[in-house]
Order: sequence, then structure tokens, then C-alpha cells
Amino acid sequence: MKKKREKNVSISGSETLLKSLLEEGVDTIFGYPGGAIMPVFDALYDYRKELNHILVRHEQGAIHAAQGYARASGKAGVVFVTSGPGATNTITGIADAMIDSTPLVVISGQVVSSLLGTDAFQEIDIVGISQPVTKWSYQIRKVDNVSWAVAQAFHIATTGRPGPVVLDFTKDAQLATTNYYYQKCHSIRSYIPSPKANPENVRQAAELINAAKRPFALVGQGVELGNAENELRSFIEKAQIPAAWTLLGASVLPSEHPLNKGMLGMHGNLAPNLKTNECDVLIAIGMRFDDRVTGNLNEYARQAKIIHFDIDPSEINKNVSVNVHVLGNVKTTLPAVESLLKTAKHEKWIESFDIVNQEEYDKVIEPEIYCNREAISMGEVVRTVADATNGDAIIVTDVGQNQMMGARYSKWKSPRSFISSGGLGTMGFGLPAAIGAKIGMPSRTVCLFCGDGGMQMCIQELGTIMQSKVKIKIIILNNKYLGMVRQWQEMFHNKRYSETPMLNPDFVKLAESYRIKARKVSKRDDLEDAVKEMLAHNGSYLLEVDVEKKGMVFPMTPAGTSVTNVILEK
Amino acid sequence: MEQQQLYTVTVYSENHVGLLTQIANIFTRSFINIESLTVSASAINDVHKFTITCFSDVKALDKITKQIEKKVEVLKAYYYTEDEVISREIALFKISTEGLMAIDAIENLVNKFNAKILEVNRQYTVIEKTGVQDEIKKLYETLEPIGILQFVRSGCVSITRSKYEHLSDFRLTIDDF
Ligand SMILES: Cc1ncc(C[n+]2csc(CCOP(=O)(O)OP(=O)(O)O)c2C)c(N)n1
Ligand SMILES: [Mg+2]
Repeated sequence: MKKKREKNVSISGSETLLKSLLEEGVDTIFGYPGGAIMPVFDALYDYRKELNHILVRHEQGAIHAAQGYARASGKAGVVFVTSGPGATNTITGIADAMIDSTPLVVISGQVVSSLLGTDAFQEIDIVGISQPVTKWSYQIRKVDNVSWAVAQAFHIATTGRPGPVVLDFTKDAQLATTNYYYQKCHSIRSYIPSPKANPENVRQAAELINAAKRPFALVGQGVELGNAENELRSFIEKAQIPAAWTLLGASVLPSEHPLNKGMLGMHGNLAPNLKTNECDVLIAIGMRFDDRVTGNLNEYARQAKIIHFDIDPSEINKNVSVNVHVLGNVKTTLPAVESLLKTAKHEKWIESFDIVNQEEYDKVIEPEIYCNREAISMGEVVRTVADATNGDAIIVTDVGQNQMMGARYSKWKSPRSFISSGGLGTMGFGLPAAIGAKIGMPSRTVCLFCGDGGMQMCIQELGTIMQSKVKIKIIILNNKYLGMVRQWQEMFHNKRYSETPMLNPDFVKLAESYRIKARKVSKRDDLEDAVKEMLAHNGSYLLEVDVEKKGMVFPMTPAGTSVTNVILEK
Repeated sequence: MEQQQLYTVTVYSENHVGLLTQIANIFTRSFINIESLTVSASAINDVHKFTITCFSDVKALDKITKQIEKKVEVLKAYYYTEDEVISREIALFKISTEGLMAIDAIENLVNKFNAKILEVNRQYTVIEKTGVQDEIKKLYETLEPIGILQFVRSGCVSITRSKYEHLSDFRLTIDDF
């Protein structure tokens, strides 16, 4: 290991932090200043060229933007916030990043260490608060620990199963000076990021797949996090295994890949859900059997032998007991198993997916994406955008019906192209995440589908778009309802629409007040033209589409029931 | 539901502040009551050891120990049934010396219960008893009629019936990762 030392250069803890970030390849920071982090922002003033700071409008926006940045770019997202309320405002996003395995390094200011424990102004125990929702949380109280802590933070956040890390940085440590040196962290004795697969398990997994008549692969974000898209394709192609994806695994396989049979879960495609209970070998790859995917576990894939590829040992046998587990990064475990696979065909089995999916197409998909009801449907908006972007855009969604429609009817050609809040389902995620995604991948078009409700949960970030000149395409699917909750009320609560109708502001005027070009569409005939205009515009654009008020997302498997209990229509 | 029984969970970790609450939280999240908890050094340099007892089952403990191991500063977590470990607790009793004399029980106590007298004065006597929980309970019941002025019992400390700290194996292989 090489040590970088700049002899006799004594610099502040704040500057040490910035130099350390540069060593880790950071070039973008999302943040918001305040008293306890002012020395860091002061130091940043001299590093404006190297470190692009995006001033958000609320710390929740900073975290979600950093998440979008990390998910699109594959790099850790970095956030600066002040102590107290600045730090607590990040908690929702940190929890979101934890459950969705997104690498973040969050640096919060803290009161001077002599005041710790005295209920000082804006003192909060952010390490204690964040511990249950971070991979690691650490308070830097001594200037000599700054570069060490940053090195640990990046190692922990980005290796193994990624996740958020919090560094709570006391003001005195920011101000004190030290001799700067930086040493990257490559290992921590008590931390095993990627356990090694047992060769016997690798052999058993291959044996099960080779003997399978009806193998079925479930693909999750783990493949994207391991940059193993090619390995996955090669694996499923060799043994001709039909595959379906979780919400976060949406863009792992190209939409048009012949073995891509669609989405899993509560609002997933029909064949993937039904076939889960017909396959003989179920191969889970970098996914965690979330209840939104499995439904009732007692009726989940009981007939199948189950193989689970995952990097996180705590996911094995957590929700579903498996026959064989293959621990480790799928980038290496997939090829290891593949090398023992025989080529296979499974033509009939693969075709059976298409037959079932055709039923869904006729009953659900076609009427949704080529709608002939009077009002515009959400699905046709998503389809229009997918057609116009040719599957090349990064699609970001908020949470609710817009999210499910965005996932179901978008098209993708390359990985890291779908960004949504999965495990936590955080409304308000979409707008800041789209901003972050665009900053992380400036060459790509970023389209956000957002509900009228969720849009108003981080709507202040329109200011960030204005100030930082971010160019994203915002599509509000305005049904004037908290649509997904309304759908459940219609189905399970006797149409008692308790607190779900929404009186909304004029989104177009609102956008215009932030100098964002905007347009509202209420007629089907204007939709395509508006989408074209939006995409052609060199800058951010907000397109509000009046969609049917009481649209439904189908198919639907009601919570807690079997994956085969799929409702296709009202 | 699998049968609940008393398990000993051993966690090996770095000696860092804040780990105790994180480990305790994992039990809380799974709604498992910790019966006793002690933190001490282990036979391995710089490695700390949590000894936790709780009523639970294999399935739950399998998940819990993996959750504990996910913490960056934790090296390894294991769980054992009662017969896989040798366990002891220590209890201190303070009783009135007068009362103790009245029932003439001192010799009996020392012999039968294998207890120790730590301090005697006119006012009170302090008795120490090391043993398994049941033995301590029996002594408590014996002394109760005299009137126990103060009582305290330690958490459980345990040692496995295997030759070395289990972690020793882990440390041999850790370089492989
Ligand atoms: C922060 C937060 N609060 C509440 C919810 C519960 N929730 C899930 S979907 C939904 C409705 C979303 O409404 P809208 O944003 O208009 O989207 P739509 O479903 O109409 O497309 C609500 C309230 C949530 N997921 N997140
Ligand atoms: Mg809505």
C-alpha cells in the first residue's frame, strides 16, 4: 500500500475532508449549509472548480438527488448538511438508500465537541438516530481522524452490498489543523464485503439447473450493482432460462430481449407471477424476495427447488427457504455456475410465458397504452414517452400509480436506466432523484413520471433545477387523487375515498415561476406533439397531463395473497 | 412455531462505542427479550465478546446472528443451546446478620450451596453465590424468609465446550477474503 504524504502541509479538517473526497474521485456534492458545517462550506469556496456543489432547497432533496446520482452513475453520492434539522431532514432518504442498497456518504456538521451532550443549539445525536438505517455511522471528533474516516466511509458505502454511511463532523474538528495525508481503505478486519461462494454450492446450483425442465430466473438490482448484465445474459442464454425482474431490476435486461418475460410482483406481468408457481427450479439472482414480489410466502413456489445468488448472507433464507445458495458478487458467481451449465432449449416452457402474457396484453395492456376511453390514461402517456425516446432515456418515477405505470410501460436498452424508490416507497423521491440522475449522467435524457401528490412532496427542488440549470423532463400524471391509495379504497374500502382527492396548484404556472418551460395537455390529440416538444426543448420541461381520475393499475395481486391470485380487471 | 428455549448468543466485535445499542436493537426489532447481557474481553487480542442469553428458536436466531454480523464492526456471531456451553452467573445477597444467626444457617449455606461469605458485621452479612440460574434461585428462596436486604445478579457468562474461541477459525481464514 502506498501512502500519500504531503510533508509539512498543515491544513484544516474541512480542507482535509475536501481533499479526501477528491482522492475518492468525487466531483459532485449535493448539500445545504448551516452553522455547524460552515467551515466546510468555507473551504469549499476554494475548491469550487474541482467540486461541483449543487445547492438543493431541502435536505431531503439533497439525499434523493444523491441517490439518483449514485443509481445512474454507479458512484457514491455525497451530501453535505448542517447539524440538527439539517441532519434529521436526511433520514428518510438515508433509510431509502439503505433498503435499496444505494451507496451514499453523508457528511453532517455537528456542534463543537465540548458541547456534545449538553442539548446545545442544533445538537442532535445523528449517529444514534441514523445507526439503524445506515451501513456505518461515525462521529469525527478529532481532526486527525478525518481522512481515515472518509476512506473507511467510501470503502464501506461502495463495496459488498452498497449502502449509506453517515460521518458526523464536529465543528472543532473542521477548524483544527493537521498534516494532511490520505490512504485509501482496502479492507477492514471485521468486514467481509463479498463472501466467497462455496464450490460445492456452485456445483449443486448447476446440477439443479441442468436437470430443470422449467427453470425460471428472477433478476434484481444486485445484477446492476455488480455490473453483471453481460454475465446475466450469457448465463440465461446458455441454458435458455426465461427471466423476470423486480422493480429495481427493471433495466437489467433489455426490454426486447427474447428471454425477458416482464415484471414481478403485485403489479407485475401475468406470466412471471403465474409461472413462479409452475417452474421446477427458481433461480433468484441479486434480489431479496420482498413481500411485494412474493405475496403470501406459504403459497410461494412450493413446487420448486430454489437457488439464491446474493452477496449478502443475511438475505439467504430470510424470507424464502432455499435449496442452494451461492454467496458472492454475481459478477463472479454467475460465470462460475455458467461454466458448469449444459446448453438447453426449453422452447415449450418459454413459449408458455408468451401465451399467458398475451392474455394480459389483450385484457390489460392494449386498452391501457392505446386507450380509447375519453380521458387520457397513464399508460398511454408512458408508452408515448417510451416511443419518442426509443428506449434510450433514464426513466425516474415517484411512488404510486405513476410508478407502476412507469415501470410497466417504459422500455430500456441499457442498465442503470430505471430509478425508483422500491423498498421504502418514498413519495417525493422522484423529482430530486431525476435531478441527481441527470447530473450523474449528463449525456442521457432523463424523464420523470410523477403523481400530482408526490410532485408536491419535494416540489421545492424546482428551485435547484433553476439555479443549477439541470435539464430534465418532468411528466406529471395528474389524476387529482392520491391515486394508488384511491385504488385500494375502491377495491378494499368500499369506495370510501377518505382524504385522497387533491386540490392542486397550477403546475404550469408554478414551473414557469421557476423559469421552467411547461405545458398542460388534456386532449389525446395533443399528447404526442407535447411529448416531442418536451424532448426537443433544450432545458428542463414540465409536462402536466390530465389523466383519467379513477384509472386503475392492473394486474394486481392483493397484498398477502398468493402470486397466482391475479386480478386483471375491475 | 418452533420450540422456544434458552440460547446463548456470542458476538465477537471490535471494541467500538455504540455497538451495544446496535446489537440490542436487532433483538428489539425481532421482539426478542434479552434475558442477560455481558460484555468482556475475549481470549483474542483486541476482540470483545458479548454474551447474550434469550429465549428464542433456531430460525429466529439464524436471522438475528446474520443481522448482527452485518454490522461493520462485528467479526462473528454464534448461538448455542444450553448444553453446548458452560455458563455461570454470580449473585450477591445482603441479609441481616441477626436474622441469619437466628436460623443458624451459616454453615448450611456455605456447605450445601457452595456459597461464600464476603463480609460480616453486626448489621448485615454479604453472601456470594456463583452458579447456574437455578442454584441462585434456590438460595434466594432459602434466604427469603430471613429477609433479603439487597440482591444483585450478574448476567450470564459462558464458554463453549469447544477447545478454542470459535472465532479462532475465522481469524485463520480471514486473510482469504
Ligand atoms: C412519503 C409517503 N407518504 C405516503 C405514502 C403512501 N402512498 C403511496 S402511493 C400514494 C399516492 C400517491 O399519489 P400521487 O403522487 O398523486 O400518485 P398516483 O398514485 O396518483 O400516481 C400514497 C399517499 C408514501 N408512499 N410515501
Ligand atoms: Mg395522483
